[in-house]
Amino acid sequence: MSVVRNANLGPDQNAPFQMRGGSFTLMVLRLVNPDDPGFFPQLAGKVRQAPNFFRNAPVVLDLDDLSAGERTYFDFASFARRLVELQLIPIGVQGGSPEMQAAALNAGLPLVPTGRAPRSEPAASTGVAPAPANANGDEANAVDEKAAKPADTAQPTAKAKAPRKEEAKAAIAQRPTLFINEPVRSGQQIYAHQGDLVVTASVSAGAELLADGSIHVYGALRGRALAGIGGDTSARIFCQSLEAELVSIAGLYRVNEDVDEAVYKKPVQVYLSQGYLHLDPLF
Amino acid sequence: MGTIITVTSGKGGVGKTTTSAAFSTALALRGFKTCVIDFDVGLRNLDLIMGCERRVVFDFINVINGEARLHQALIKDKRVDNLFILPTSQTRDKDALTREGVEKVLEELRKEFDYIVCDSPAGIEKGSLMALYFADHAVVVTNPEVSSVRDSDRILGMLASRSRRAELRMEPVIQHLLLTRYDPERVERGEMLKVDDVLEILAIPLLGVIPESQAVLRASNVGMPVTLDEKSNAGLAYLDACARFLGEEVEHRFTKAEKKGLFGRLLRRSA
Repeated sequence: MSVVRNANLGPDQNAPFQMRGGSFTLMVLRLVNPDDPGFFPQLAGKVRQAPNFFRNAPVVLDLDDLSAGERTYFDFASFARRLVELQLIPIGVQGGSPEMQAAALNAGLPLVPTGRAPRSEPAASTGVAPAPANANGDEANAVDEKAAKPADTAQPTAKAKAPRKEEAKAAIAQRPTLFINEPVRSGQQIYAHQGDLVVTASVSAGAELLADGSIHVYGALRGRALAGIGGDTSARIFCQSLEAELVSIAGLYRVNEDVDEAVYKKPVQVYLSQGYLHLDPLF
Repeated sequence: MGTIITVTSGKGGVGKTTTSAAFSTALALRGFKTCVIDFDVGLRNLDLIMGCERRVVFDFINVINGEARLHQALIKDKRVDNLFILPTSQTRDKDALTREGVEKVLEELRKEFDYIVCDSPAGIEKGSLMALYFADHAVVVTNPEVSSVRDSDRILGMLASRSRRAELRMEPVIQHLLLTRYDPERVERGEMLKVDDVLEILAIPLLGVIPESQAVLRASNVGMPVTLDEKSNAGLAYLDACARFLGEEVEHRFTKAEKKGLFGRLLRRSA
Protein backbone atom coordinates (compact mmCIF):
# COMPACT_ATOMS: atom_id res chain seq x y z
CA MET A 1 0.00 0.00 0.00
CA SER A 2 1.50 3.33 -0.95
CA VAL A 3 0.96 6.51 0.96
CA VAL A 4 -2.62 7.60 0.55
CA ARG A 5 -3.92 11.01 1.43
CA ASN A 6 -7.60 11.63 1.76
CA ALA A 7 -8.31 14.43 -0.71
CA ASN A 8 -10.98 15.91 1.54
CA LEU A 9 -8.63 16.63 4.39
CA GLY A 10 -6.06 18.52 2.36
CA PRO A 11 -3.10 20.11 4.07
CA ASP A 12 -5.16 21.16 7.10
CA GLN A 13 -2.84 22.16 9.94
CA ASN A 14 -5.68 22.30 12.40
CA ALA A 15 -6.79 18.67 11.98
CA PRO A 16 -6.27 16.73 15.22
CA PHE A 17 -5.27 13.60 13.29
CA GLN A 18 -3.57 12.46 10.10
CA MET A 19 -4.71 9.68 7.78
CA ARG A 20 -1.96 7.93 5.92
CA GLY A 21 -1.34 4.65 4.21
CA GLY A 22 1.04 2.33 5.93
CA SER A 23 2.75 -0.85 4.84
CA PHE A 24 3.47 -3.54 7.38
CA THR A 25 5.13 -6.91 7.58
CA LEU A 26 2.83 -9.29 9.42
CA MET A 27 2.81 -12.93 10.37
CA VAL A 28 0.08 -15.01 8.73
CA LEU A 29 -1.41 -17.95 10.60
CA ARG A 30 -3.16 -20.25 8.19
CA LEU A 31 -6.02 -22.18 9.82
CA VAL A 32 -5.59 -25.48 8.05
CA ASN A 33 -7.40 -27.62 10.60
CA PRO A 34 -8.31 -25.69 13.75
CA ASP A 35 -10.52 -28.51 15.04
CA ASP A 36 -7.49 -30.75 15.42
CA PRO A 37 -6.94 -31.29 19.17
CA GLY A 38 -3.21 -30.89 18.55
CA PHE A 39 -3.66 -27.42 17.09
CA PHE A 40 -2.97 -25.31 20.16
CA PRO A 41 -0.42 -27.66 21.78
CA GLN A 42 1.61 -27.67 18.55
CA LEU A 43 1.23 -23.93 18.13
CA ALA A 44 2.35 -23.45 21.72
CA GLY A 45 5.37 -25.62 20.96
CA LYS A 46 6.25 -23.50 17.97
CA VAL A 47 5.95 -20.32 20.03
CA ARG A 48 8.24 -21.79 22.68
CA GLN A 49 10.95 -22.35 20.09
CA ALA A 50 11.37 -18.61 19.61
CA PRO A 51 9.49 -16.92 22.43
CA ASN A 52 10.90 -13.46 21.87
CA PHE A 53 9.95 -13.47 18.23
CA PHE A 54 6.35 -14.47 18.90
CA ARG A 55 5.70 -12.46 22.04
CA ASN A 56 2.76 -10.06 21.37
CA ALA A 57 3.12 -10.61 17.65
CA PRO A 58 0.24 -9.28 15.56
CA VAL A 59 -1.15 -12.09 13.43
CA VAL A 60 -3.40 -12.24 10.38
CA LEU A 61 -5.57 -15.37 10.12
CA ASP A 62 -5.74 -16.99 6.69
CA LEU A 63 -9.23 -18.48 6.22
CA ASP A 64 -8.85 -20.15 2.83
CA ASP A 65 -8.82 -23.68 4.23
CA LEU A 66 -11.68 -22.93 6.63
CA SER A 67 -14.04 -22.09 3.83
CA ALA A 68 -13.05 -24.99 1.61
CA GLY A 69 -15.12 -27.60 3.40
CA GLU A 70 -18.63 -27.91 4.76
CA ARG A 71 -18.01 -25.53 7.59
CA THR A 72 -20.57 -22.76 8.02
CA TYR A 73 -19.62 -21.55 11.47
CA PHE A 74 -16.40 -20.76 13.30
CA ASP A 75 -16.14 -19.28 16.76
CA PHE A 76 -13.65 -16.49 16.04
CA ALA A 77 -14.07 -14.86 19.43
CA SER A 78 -12.98 -17.82 21.52
CA PHE A 79 -10.28 -18.76 18.99
CA ALA A 80 -8.86 -15.26 19.27
CA ARG A 81 -8.89 -15.50 23.06
CA ARG A 82 -6.89 -18.72 22.95
CA LEU A 83 -4.35 -17.10 20.63
CA VAL A 84 -3.97 -14.19 23.02
CA GLU A 85 -3.22 -16.70 25.77
CA LEU A 86 -0.19 -17.71 23.70
CA GLN A 87 0.62 -13.99 23.36
CA LEU A 88 -0.28 -13.98 19.66
CA ILE A 89 -2.56 -11.06 18.86
CA PRO A 90 -4.99 -11.66 15.95
CA ILE A 91 -5.64 -8.38 14.20
CA GLY A 92 -7.43 -9.38 11.02
CA VAL A 93 -8.14 -12.05 8.44
CA GLN A 94 -7.42 -12.73 4.82
CA GLY A 95 -8.97 -15.11 2.30
CA GLY A 96 -11.97 -17.30 2.99
CA SER A 97 -15.60 -16.99 1.95
CA PRO A 98 -17.63 -13.81 2.46
CA GLU A 99 -19.58 -15.59 5.23
CA MET A 100 -16.40 -16.42 7.10
CA GLN A 101 -15.13 -12.90 6.66
CA ALA A 102 -18.39 -11.50 8.01
CA ALA A 103 -18.22 -13.79 11.03
CA ALA A 104 -14.66 -12.68 11.64
CA LEU A 105 -15.67 -9.04 11.39
CA ASN A 106 -18.31 -9.64 14.04
CA ALA A 107 -15.57 -10.77 16.34
CA GLY A 108 -13.57 -7.64 15.62
CA LEU A 109 -11.27 -9.11 12.98
CA PRO A 110 -11.49 -7.12 9.74
CA LEU A 111 -10.43 -8.21 6.30
CA VAL A 112 -6.83 -7.16 5.72
CA PRO A 113 -6.25 -6.20 2.09
CA THR A 114 -3.50 -8.15 0.37
CA GLY A 115 -2.01 -7.97 -3.09
CA ARG A 116 -2.27 -11.66 -3.94
CA ALA A 117 -4.80 -13.94 -5.61
CA PRO A 118 -6.51 -16.53 -3.35
CA ARG A 119 -4.86 -19.96 -3.26
CA SER A 120 -6.63 -22.96 -4.65
CA GLU A 121 -4.02 -25.72 -4.38
CA PRO A 122 -1.78 -26.93 -1.55
CA ALA A 123 1.86 -25.74 -1.58
CA ALA A 124 3.91 -27.76 -4.05
CA SER A 125 7.39 -29.01 -3.27
CA THR A 126 10.14 -27.26 -5.16
CA GLY A 127 12.66 -30.01 -4.50
CA VAL A 128 15.01 -28.11 -2.23
CA ALA A 129 17.96 -30.32 -1.27
CA PRO A 130 19.38 -30.60 1.31
CA ALA A 131 16.24 -29.59 3.13
CA PRO A 132 17.10 -26.57 5.25
CA ALA A 133 15.71 -26.79 8.76
CA ASN A 134 13.10 -24.21 9.60
CA ALA A 135 14.43 -21.19 11.41
CA ASN A 136 13.91 -22.31 14.95
CA GLY A 137 17.48 -22.07 16.10
CA ASP A 138 18.74 -19.38 18.39
CA GLU A 139 17.51 -16.67 16.06
CA ALA A 140 14.21 -16.78 14.23
CA ASN A 141 14.25 -13.66 12.10
CA ALA A 142 11.60 -12.76 9.61
CA VAL A 143 9.80 -16.08 9.70
CA ASP A 144 6.41 -16.25 8.07
CA GLU A 145 4.74 -19.04 10.06
CA LYS A 146 1.79 -21.02 8.80
CA ALA A 147 0.12 -23.60 11.04
CA ALA A 148 1.24 -26.92 9.55
CA LYS A 149 -1.17 -29.82 9.08
CA PRO A 150 -0.80 -32.02 12.18
CA ALA A 151 0.03 -35.09 10.09
CA ASP A 152 2.71 -33.16 8.26
CA THR A 153 5.57 -33.99 10.53
CA ALA A 154 7.14 -36.53 8.17
CA GLN A 155 7.62 -33.96 5.41
CA PRO A 156 10.87 -32.04 5.28
CA THR A 157 10.10 -28.59 6.60
CA ALA A 158 11.35 -27.04 3.37
CA LYS A 159 8.22 -28.29 1.62
CA ALA A 160 5.85 -26.69 4.08
CA LYS A 161 7.55 -23.37 3.70
CA ALA A 162 8.15 -23.22 -0.07
CA PRO A 163 5.63 -21.02 -1.84
CA ARG A 164 4.16 -22.46 -5.03
CA LYS A 165 6.27 -22.32 -8.19
CA GLU A 166 4.11 -19.78 -9.96
CA GLU A 167 4.11 -17.57 -6.90
CA ALA A 168 7.87 -17.88 -6.40
CA LYS A 169 8.57 -14.75 -8.39
CA ALA A 170 5.87 -12.75 -6.60
CA ALA A 171 7.07 -14.09 -3.24
CA ILE A 172 10.54 -12.62 -3.71
CA ALA A 173 9.56 -9.00 -4.05
CA GLN A 174 7.23 -8.84 -1.10
CA ARG A 175 9.61 -8.45 1.85
CA PRO A 176 12.28 -5.82 2.46
CA THR A 177 15.88 -6.93 2.80
CA LEU A 178 16.96 -8.43 6.11
CA PHE A 179 20.10 -6.74 7.45
CA ILE A 180 22.36 -8.41 9.99
CA ASN A 181 25.12 -6.23 11.43
CA GLU A 182 26.77 -8.61 13.87
CA PRO A 183 28.81 -11.73 13.28
CA VAL A 184 26.63 -14.77 12.68
CA ARG A 185 27.85 -17.29 15.20
CA SER A 186 28.18 -21.04 14.90
CA GLY A 187 24.83 -22.74 15.40
CA GLN A 188 22.77 -19.69 14.45
CA GLN A 189 20.32 -19.79 11.57
CA ILE A 190 19.15 -16.67 9.78
CA TYR A 191 16.24 -16.98 7.34
CA ALA A 192 15.30 -14.04 5.15
CA HIS A 193 11.80 -15.00 4.15
CA GLN A 194 10.70 -13.79 0.74
CA GLY A 195 13.56 -11.37 0.47
CA ASP A 196 17.29 -10.80 0.37
CA LEU A 197 19.77 -11.17 3.21
CA VAL A 198 22.70 -8.83 3.79
CA VAL A 199 25.29 -9.54 6.49
CA THR A 200 27.88 -6.86 7.23
CA ALA A 201 30.14 -9.11 9.29
CA SER A 202 31.58 -12.57 9.02
CA VAL A 203 29.62 -15.78 9.14
CA SER A 204 31.18 -18.49 11.30
CA ALA A 205 31.59 -22.13 10.41
CA GLY A 206 28.54 -23.95 11.68
CA ALA A 207 26.19 -21.02 10.97
CA GLU A 208 23.46 -21.13 8.33
CA LEU A 209 22.11 -18.37 6.11
CA LEU A 210 18.88 -19.01 4.23
CA ALA A 211 17.00 -16.68 1.91
CA ASP A 212 14.28 -16.84 -0.67
CA GLY A 213 16.21 -14.13 -2.46
CA SER A 214 19.92 -13.42 -2.66
CA ILE A 215 22.55 -13.47 0.06
CA HIS A 216 25.28 -10.85 0.42
CA VAL A 217 28.05 -11.26 2.99
CA TYR A 218 30.40 -8.31 3.52
CA GLY A 219 32.88 -10.47 5.34
CA ALA A 220 34.10 -14.04 5.35
CA LEU A 221 31.49 -16.67 4.58
CA ARG A 222 32.54 -19.75 6.53
CA GLY A 223 29.19 -21.36 7.19
CA ARG A 224 26.43 -22.51 4.86
CA ALA A 225 24.54 -20.21 2.49
CA LEU A 226 21.37 -21.31 0.74
CA ALA A 227 19.83 -18.72 -1.57
CA GLY A 228 16.63 -18.96 -3.56
CA ILE A 229 15.32 -21.70 -1.30
CA GLY A 230 11.80 -21.01 -2.49
CA GLY A 231 12.85 -22.03 -5.98
CA ASP A 232 14.12 -18.74 -7.38
CA THR A 233 16.92 -19.76 -9.71
CA SER A 234 17.93 -16.15 -10.30
CA ALA A 235 19.05 -15.71 -6.68
CA ARG A 236 22.76 -15.21 -6.12
CA ILE A 237 25.27 -15.37 -3.29
CA PHE A 238 27.98 -12.74 -2.86
CA CYS A 239 30.78 -12.75 -0.30
CA GLN A 240 34.14 -11.12 0.34
CA SER A 241 35.88 -14.34 1.19
CA LEU A 242 34.50 -17.68 0.09
CA GLU A 243 35.26 -20.28 2.75
CA ALA A 244 31.75 -21.66 2.92
CA GLU A 245 31.00 -25.17 4.07
CA LEU A 246 28.26 -25.31 1.45
CA VAL A 247 26.63 -22.95 -1.04
CA SER A 248 23.31 -23.60 -2.71
CA ILE A 249 20.94 -21.84 -5.09
CA ALA A 250 17.41 -23.15 -5.52
CA GLY A 251 18.52 -26.52 -4.25
CA LEU A 252 21.65 -26.99 -6.35
CA TYR A 253 24.60 -27.11 -3.98
CA ARG A 254 28.37 -27.37 -3.84
CA VAL A 255 30.38 -28.35 -0.76
CA ASN A 256 33.65 -26.82 0.40
CA GLU A 257 35.71 -29.71 -0.87
CA ASP A 258 34.50 -29.19 -4.42
CA VAL A 259 35.24 -25.48 -4.53
CA ASP A 260 38.03 -24.56 -6.93
CA GLU A 261 41.32 -23.45 -5.29
CA ALA A 262 41.29 -20.39 -7.51
CA VAL A 263 38.22 -18.89 -5.84
CA TYR A 264 38.73 -20.16 -2.30
CA LYS A 265 38.99 -17.27 0.20
CA LYS A 266 38.43 -14.77 -2.60
CA PRO A 267 35.54 -12.35 -3.24
CA VAL A 268 33.11 -14.48 -5.17
CA GLN A 269 29.70 -14.40 -6.80
CA VAL A 270 27.69 -17.64 -6.92
CA TYR A 271 24.90 -18.00 -9.47
CA LEU A 272 23.01 -20.57 -11.49
CA SER A 273 23.31 -20.61 -15.23
CA GLN A 274 21.92 -23.33 -17.48
CA GLY A 275 21.52 -25.68 -14.58
CA TYR A 276 25.12 -25.31 -13.41
CA LEU A 277 26.40 -23.55 -10.29
CA HIS A 278 29.00 -20.92 -11.21
CA LEU A 279 31.46 -19.53 -8.68
CA ASP A 280 33.01 -16.47 -10.30
CA PRO A 281 35.60 -14.15 -8.78
CA LEU A 282 34.20 -10.69 -8.27
CA PHE A 283 37.31 -8.70 -9.14
CA MET B 1 25.49 -3.79 43.44
CA GLY B 2 27.72 -6.67 42.45
CA THR B 3 28.77 -7.54 38.93
CA ILE B 4 28.28 -11.06 37.63
CA ILE B 5 31.09 -12.52 35.55
CA THR B 6 30.45 -15.88 33.91
CA VAL B 7 33.43 -17.99 32.89
CA THR B 8 32.29 -20.18 30.03
CA SER B 9 33.62 -21.89 26.91
CA GLY B 10 31.39 -24.52 25.33
CA LYS B 11 34.30 -26.91 25.02
CA GLY B 12 35.29 -28.97 28.04
CA GLY B 13 38.70 -29.07 29.62
CA VAL B 14 39.97 -25.73 28.34
CA GLY B 15 40.53 -24.11 31.72
CA LYS B 16 37.23 -22.67 32.96
CA THR B 17 37.61 -23.82 36.55
CA THR B 18 41.30 -22.93 36.59
CA THR B 19 40.33 -19.50 35.30
CA SER B 20 37.42 -19.04 37.69
CA ALA B 21 39.69 -19.82 40.61
CA ALA B 22 42.60 -17.74 39.37
CA PHE B 23 40.54 -14.75 38.26
CA SER B 24 38.42 -14.52 41.40
CA THR B 25 41.58 -14.77 43.50
CA ALA B 26 43.16 -11.99 41.46
CA LEU B 27 40.11 -9.76 42.05
CA ALA B 28 40.14 -10.50 45.77
CA LEU B 29 43.86 -9.72 45.98
CA ARG B 30 42.95 -6.30 44.58
CA GLY B 31 40.63 -5.72 47.49
CA PHE B 32 37.29 -6.52 45.87
CA LYS B 33 34.88 -8.69 47.83
CA THR B 34 34.56 -11.67 45.48
CA CYS B 35 32.49 -14.82 45.46
CA VAL B 36 33.10 -17.71 43.08
CA ILE B 37 30.23 -20.15 42.42
CA ASP B 38 30.42 -23.66 41.00
CA PHE B 39 27.61 -24.24 38.48
CA ASP B 40 28.77 -27.72 37.48
CA VAL B 41 26.24 -29.66 39.53
CA GLY B 42 27.18 -33.29 39.90
CA LEU B 43 30.72 -32.83 38.59
CA ARG B 44 31.95 -30.23 41.01
CA ASN B 45 35.62 -29.29 40.76
CA LEU B 46 35.84 -25.74 42.00
CA ASP B 47 36.12 -26.76 45.65
CA LEU B 48 39.11 -28.97 44.80
CA ILE B 49 40.92 -26.26 42.87
CA MET B 50 40.25 -23.76 45.64
CA GLY B 51 41.40 -26.19 48.29
CA CYS B 52 38.24 -26.13 50.38
CA GLU B 53 36.83 -29.57 49.64
CA ARG B 54 37.28 -30.65 53.23
CA ARG B 55 35.12 -27.84 54.57
CA VAL B 56 31.97 -28.27 52.48
CA VAL B 57 28.84 -28.65 54.59
CA PHE B 58 26.05 -27.02 52.59
CA ASP B 59 26.07 -26.20 48.90
CA PHE B 60 24.44 -24.10 46.17
CA ILE B 61 21.62 -26.60 45.69
CA ASN B 62 20.85 -26.68 49.41
CA VAL B 63 20.49 -22.90 49.30
CA ILE B 64 18.25 -23.00 46.20
CA ASN B 65 16.02 -25.57 47.85
CA GLY B 66 15.80 -23.57 51.04
CA GLU B 67 17.56 -26.27 53.04
CA ALA B 68 20.29 -23.88 54.15
CA ARG B 69 20.91 -20.18 54.28
CA LEU B 70 23.43 -18.65 51.90
CA HIS B 71 25.88 -17.89 54.69
CA GLN B 72 25.86 -21.47 55.87
CA ALA B 73 27.00 -22.58 52.42
CA LEU B 74 29.57 -19.87 51.67
CA ILE B 75 33.13 -20.89 52.50
CA LYS B 76 35.69 -18.23 53.34
CA ASP B 77 39.07 -18.73 51.66
CA LYS B 78 41.85 -19.23 54.18
CA ARG B 79 44.60 -17.58 52.20
CA VAL B 80 43.02 -14.53 50.63
CA ASP B 81 40.82 -11.96 52.33
CA ASN B 82 37.57 -10.99 50.61
CA LEU B 83 37.34 -14.32 48.79
CA PHE B 84 34.41 -16.70 49.24
CA ILE B 85 33.45 -19.94 47.53
CA LEU B 86 29.94 -21.31 46.98
CA PRO B 87 30.38 -24.98 46.15
CA THR B 88 27.74 -27.07 44.42
CA SER B 89 26.29 -30.48 45.03
CA GLN B 90 28.08 -33.60 43.93
CA THR B 91 25.18 -35.98 44.48
CA ARG B 92 22.55 -34.16 42.46
CA ASP B 93 22.59 -33.00 38.85
CA LYS B 94 21.78 -29.97 36.73
CA ASP B 95 18.04 -30.50 36.94
CA ALA B 96 18.29 -29.27 40.51
CA LEU B 97 19.01 -25.77 39.20
CA THR B 98 15.95 -23.57 38.69
CA ARG B 99 15.99 -20.12 37.23
CA GLU B 100 14.06 -18.61 40.12
CA GLY B 101 16.32 -20.31 42.64
CA VAL B 102 19.50 -19.19 40.92
CA GLU B 103 18.14 -15.67 40.51
CA LYS B 104 17.33 -15.45 44.20
CA VAL B 105 20.80 -16.57 45.26
CA LEU B 106 22.51 -14.20 42.83
CA GLU B 107 20.39 -11.26 43.98
CA GLU B 108 21.39 -11.97 47.57
CA LEU B 109 25.04 -12.21 46.57
CA ARG B 110 24.87 -8.99 44.55
CA LYS B 111 24.01 -7.06 47.69
CA GLU B 112 27.14 -8.18 49.48
CA PHE B 113 29.82 -8.78 46.89
CA ASP B 114 31.61 -6.60 44.36
CA TYR B 115 32.16 -9.45 41.94
CA ILE B 116 30.45 -12.80 41.53
CA VAL B 117 32.30 -15.25 39.31
CA CYS B 118 30.19 -18.11 37.91
CA ASP B 119 32.17 -21.19 36.91
CA SER B 120 30.13 -22.71 34.10
CA PRO B 121 30.11 -26.38 33.16
CA ALA B 122 31.02 -27.41 29.62
CA GLY B 123 28.34 -27.80 26.97
CA ILE B 124 25.35 -25.78 25.86
CA GLU B 125 22.61 -27.37 27.88
CA LYS B 126 20.82 -26.38 31.03
CA GLY B 127 23.83 -26.09 33.35
CA SER B 128 25.85 -23.80 31.11
CA LEU B 129 22.79 -21.83 30.02
CA MET B 130 21.89 -21.23 33.64
CA ALA B 131 25.43 -20.05 34.37
CA LEU B 132 25.43 -17.54 31.51
CA TYR B 133 21.84 -16.37 31.85
CA PHE B 134 22.44 -13.69 34.47
CA ALA B 135 25.89 -12.60 33.26
CA ASP B 136 26.92 -8.96 33.03
CA HIS B 137 30.34 -10.00 31.71
CA ALA B 138 31.38 -13.22 30.05
CA VAL B 139 34.94 -14.52 29.93
CA VAL B 140 35.05 -17.00 27.06
CA VAL B 141 37.90 -19.41 27.70
CA THR B 142 39.38 -20.79 24.48
CA ASN B 143 42.32 -22.99 23.61
CA PRO B 144 44.18 -22.07 20.42
CA GLU B 145 42.76 -25.13 18.71
CA VAL B 146 40.04 -25.53 16.10
CA SER B 147 37.36 -27.39 18.03
CA SER B 148 37.68 -25.10 21.02
CA VAL B 149 37.36 -22.05 18.78
CA ARG B 150 34.26 -23.49 17.10
CA ASP B 151 32.63 -24.22 20.45
CA SER B 152 33.49 -20.79 21.80
CA ASP B 153 31.86 -19.29 18.75
CA ARG B 154 28.72 -21.25 19.55
CA ILE B 155 28.72 -19.99 23.10
CA LEU B 156 29.12 -16.42 21.86
CA GLY B 157 25.98 -16.93 19.79
CA MET B 158 24.14 -18.12 22.87
CA LEU B 159 25.31 -15.18 24.94
CA ALA B 160 23.90 -12.91 22.27
CA SER B 161 20.50 -14.56 22.25
CA ARG B 162 19.84 -16.69 25.33
CA SER B 163 21.11 -14.47 28.12
CA ARG B 164 18.71 -12.41 30.22
CA ARG B 165 20.21 -9.22 28.84
CA ALA B 166 19.44 -10.42 25.33
CA GLU B 167 15.89 -11.50 26.19
CA LEU B 168 15.05 -8.24 27.93
CA ARG B 169 16.83 -6.20 25.25
CA MET B 170 19.16 -4.61 27.80
CA GLU B 171 22.78 -3.63 27.16
CA PRO B 172 24.40 -6.81 25.85
CA VAL B 173 26.69 -9.01 27.94
CA ILE B 174 30.25 -7.69 27.71
CA GLN B 175 32.35 -10.42 26.14
CA HIS B 176 36.04 -11.09 26.80
CA LEU B 177 38.29 -13.65 25.14
CA LEU B 178 40.76 -15.50 27.31
CA LEU B 179 43.16 -17.64 25.34
CA THR B 180 44.52 -20.41 27.57
CA ARG B 181 47.21 -23.10 27.24
CA TYR B 182 49.00 -20.97 24.69
CA ASP B 183 52.36 -22.39 23.63
CA PRO B 184 54.32 -19.83 21.59
CA GLU B 185 56.85 -22.40 20.38
CA ARG B 186 54.14 -24.60 18.92
CA VAL B 187 52.58 -21.53 17.36
CA GLU B 188 55.88 -20.70 15.68
CA ARG B 189 56.15 -24.24 14.39
CA GLY B 190 52.70 -23.82 12.90
CA GLU B 191 51.12 -26.51 15.08
CA MET B 192 48.89 -24.19 17.02
CA LEU B 193 46.61 -21.28 16.11
CA LYS B 194 48.05 -17.78 16.62
CA VAL B 195 46.32 -15.18 18.74
CA ASP B 196 45.41 -13.26 15.59
CA ASP B 197 43.88 -16.35 13.97
CA VAL B 198 41.59 -16.86 16.93
CA LEU B 199 40.69 -13.17 17.10
CA GLU B 200 39.81 -13.17 13.42
CA ILE B 201 37.24 -15.89 13.93
CA LEU B 202 35.82 -14.89 17.29
CA ALA B 203 36.11 -11.11 16.90
CA ILE B 204 35.75 -10.16 20.57
CA PRO B 205 38.20 -8.16 22.73
CA LEU B 206 41.19 -10.10 24.03
CA LEU B 207 41.33 -10.13 27.82
CA GLY B 208 44.51 -12.15 28.08
CA VAL B 209 46.73 -14.97 26.90
CA ILE B 210 47.56 -17.57 29.53
CA PRO B 211 50.63 -19.62 28.60
CA GLU B 212 50.68 -23.39 28.88
CA SER B 213 52.20 -24.01 32.26
CA GLN B 214 53.08 -26.96 34.43
CA ALA B 215 52.33 -24.78 37.42
CA VAL B 216 48.60 -25.16 36.73
CA LEU B 217 48.63 -28.89 37.42
CA ARG B 218 50.87 -28.43 40.45
CA ALA B 219 48.53 -25.77 41.81
CA SER B 220 45.41 -27.84 41.35
CA ASN B 221 47.07 -30.82 43.03
CA VAL B 222 47.57 -28.81 46.18
CA GLY B 223 44.24 -27.02 45.94
CA MET B 224 45.64 -23.57 45.29
CA PRO B 225 44.57 -21.10 42.59
CA VAL B 226 47.56 -20.68 40.26
CA THR B 227 47.50 -16.90 40.79
CA LEU B 228 49.03 -17.52 44.20
CA ASP B 229 52.09 -19.18 42.63
CA GLU B 230 54.24 -16.09 42.22
CA LYS B 231 56.84 -17.92 40.18
CA SER B 232 54.48 -19.15 37.47
CA ASN B 233 53.97 -17.40 34.16
CA ALA B 234 50.35 -18.55 34.14
CA GLY B 235 49.74 -16.92 37.49
CA LEU B 236 51.29 -13.68 36.31
CA ALA B 237 49.25 -13.79 33.14
CA TYR B 238 46.07 -14.12 35.20
CA LEU B 239 47.06 -11.10 37.26
CA ASP B 240 47.60 -9.18 34.01
CA ALA B 241 44.20 -10.28 32.73
CA CYS B 242 42.55 -9.09 35.92
CA ALA B 243 44.27 -5.73 35.57
CA ARG B 244 43.01 -5.39 32.02
CA PHE B 245 39.51 -6.31 33.15
CA LEU B 246 39.66 -3.45 35.66
CA GLY B 247 40.56 -1.04 32.87
CA GLU B 248 44.36 -0.90 33.07
CA GLU B 249 46.50 -0.99 29.94
CA VAL B 250 48.77 -3.99 30.25
CA GLU B 251 50.91 -5.35 27.44
CA HIS B 252 50.40 -9.01 26.62
CA ARG B 253 53.26 -11.15 27.90
CA PHE B 254 54.23 -14.76 27.24
CA THR B 255 52.96 -14.69 23.67
CA LYS B 256 56.35 -14.98 21.99
CA ALA B 257 58.69 -17.92 22.22
CA GLU B 258 61.69 -17.14 24.38
CA LYS B 259 65.07 -17.36 22.79
CA LYS B 260 66.69 -19.87 25.09
CA GLY B 261 70.39 -19.61 25.65
CA LEU B 262 72.58 -22.73 25.73
CA PHE B 263 72.07 -23.29 29.44
CA GLY B 264 68.36 -22.70 29.11
CA ARG B 265 68.11 -25.41 26.50
CA LEU B 266 70.29 -27.77 28.48
CA LEU B 267 68.34 -27.37 31.67
CA ARG B 268 64.87 -27.32 30.00
CA ARG B 269 63.58 -24.83 32.48
CA SER B 270 59.84 -24.99 33.02
CA ALA B 271 57.69 -22.04 34.09
